[in-house]
Amino acid sequence: MSTARDVVITGMGATTPLGGDVASTWDAALAGRSGARTLDNDWAEKYEIPVSFAAQLAVRPDEVLPRPEIKRMDPSAQFAMIAAREAWADAGAPEVEPERLGTVVSSGIGGIWTTLDAWDTLRAKGARRVLPMTVPMLMPNSPAAYVELELGARAGAHALVSACASGAEAIGYGIEMIRSGRADVVVAGGTEAAIHPMPLAAFAASRTLSTRNADPAGASRPYDVDRDGFVLGEGAGIVVLESAEHAAARGARVYARAAGVGLTADGYHMTSPEPEGRGQIAAVRAALADSQVAAADVVHVNAHATSTVVGDLIEARSVRAVLGEQADHVALSATKSMTGHLLGGAGAVETIFTVLALHERTAPPTINVDNPDPELVLDLAREPRQLPQGPIAAVNNSFGFGGHNVALVLTTP
Amino acid sequence: MAHSEQDILTGLAEIVAEETGLPTDSVTSEKSFTDDLDIDSLSMMTIVTLAEEKFEVRIPDDEVKNLTTVGDAVSFIAGAQA
Repeated sequence: MSTARDVVITGMGATTPLGGDVASTWDAALAGRSGARTLDNDWAEKYEIPVSFAAQLAVRPDEVLPRPEIKRMDPSAQFAMIAAREAWADAGAPEVEPERLGTVVSSGIGGIWTTLDAWDTLRAKGARRVLPMTVPMLMPNSPAAYVELELGARAGAHALVSACASGAEAIGYGIEMIRSGRADVVVAGGTEAAIHPMPLAAFAASRTLSTRNADPAGASRPYDVDRDGFVLGEGAGIVVLESAEHAAARGARVYARAAGVGLTADGYHMTSPEPEGRGQIAAVRAALADSQVAAADVVHVNAHATSTVVGDLIEARSVRAVLGEQADHVALSATKSMTGHLLGGAGAVETIFTVLALHERTAPPTINVDNPDPELVLDLAREPRQLPQGPIAAVNNSFGFGGHNVALVLTTP
Repeated sequence: MAHSEQDILTGLAEIVAEETGLPTDSVTSEKSFTDDLDIDSLSMMTIVTLAEEKFEVRIPDDEVKNLTTVGDAVSFIAGAQA
């Protein structure tokens, strides 16, 4: 039963390595396709980067956006704008007072292409050639601001940053904006465009990337014994959050309830998750408490599961700690096996996967699990898995460098 | 090598078209950057930056405010060429 403060999801948009919109992304996910490919450039050779592949967008933004928009937006904002326009149209372009409409769009890295291009220009040609739009393009709030300008949103435009948890945190904050009464509708999500040789080299330097260069499609393999790191991806996911009251008043289609938010920090290490998963467990418990959903009612988890050796293990233990025996009956999906890791976009795209899993009552598959790691005792969905009828709930986990833990609980309407 | 005024107009129209999305043939000499082409100050500075590079000239900031029309800019650039 919904109350006035309830928040629902009424629109979704995405551009990912699997497809240029939500429908094509979802179809590719159900088909178990990988978005990872060998890069069609000479970065690996030229810069001696040990990784020669990534999960690039399926549809390039210049196939979708007019040229002037491409020129004045960093790719991270381009991706967000494509996803936001789809989400807004999908929601039926709700009529809402500008003062009651907000945006929260996060990027984990920010406008790295713009930053580095401008630095190259400065060094090669001097200050006079640095373009005046450089700062509005590189600032990390640029995607949130462009979406705000597009929609004329005046309730606030925010860009919370928490590395790979950013997209989920943005949605969590959007939910809170509606609950606290600041807004009736919030366009929220995450974006990332960091497939550039510098971040690729830097992630490789931290030994967090898979180096399975001969088999890009098989490289992201969460829960497999031979996993060796994540695959750098790019893209954006945006949802339209709306108060249940506002959605009902306009007769909007409701995909799911955005029922609970759990936010914690590890207070432990910059890049390693706390070994006992205390922060992760606390985040999921907080989200469940917030949503008033019992662990026994959770039927699906979209795991953070980036395909790193240690990260997957700690998360699996955390999920079991929270769900107990129910963990044996929860279809767990690690969709990064197909999309790669969209960093700041990941939590938002995975929220969309989680919403669709509830709406379509089908958990997407986890691919590349040829030899399940015996240490990871969970009910892994390796093929699309039908979910039960009736009211059901799911958890979407997102974690980030810095020890950020975000859990979202979603339920059927 | 100095560009002819016609070459400058053509090149400038390409820059303006990229910046605004307007067709190049709508960027004619008598058009006002602000009133006809709806170009704001940040876009104008982008056009100046790109024009300086393309035509190898310097367009001082103090001069930009005098460039009301596309024709003004073409004349300035033509005169500023070495």
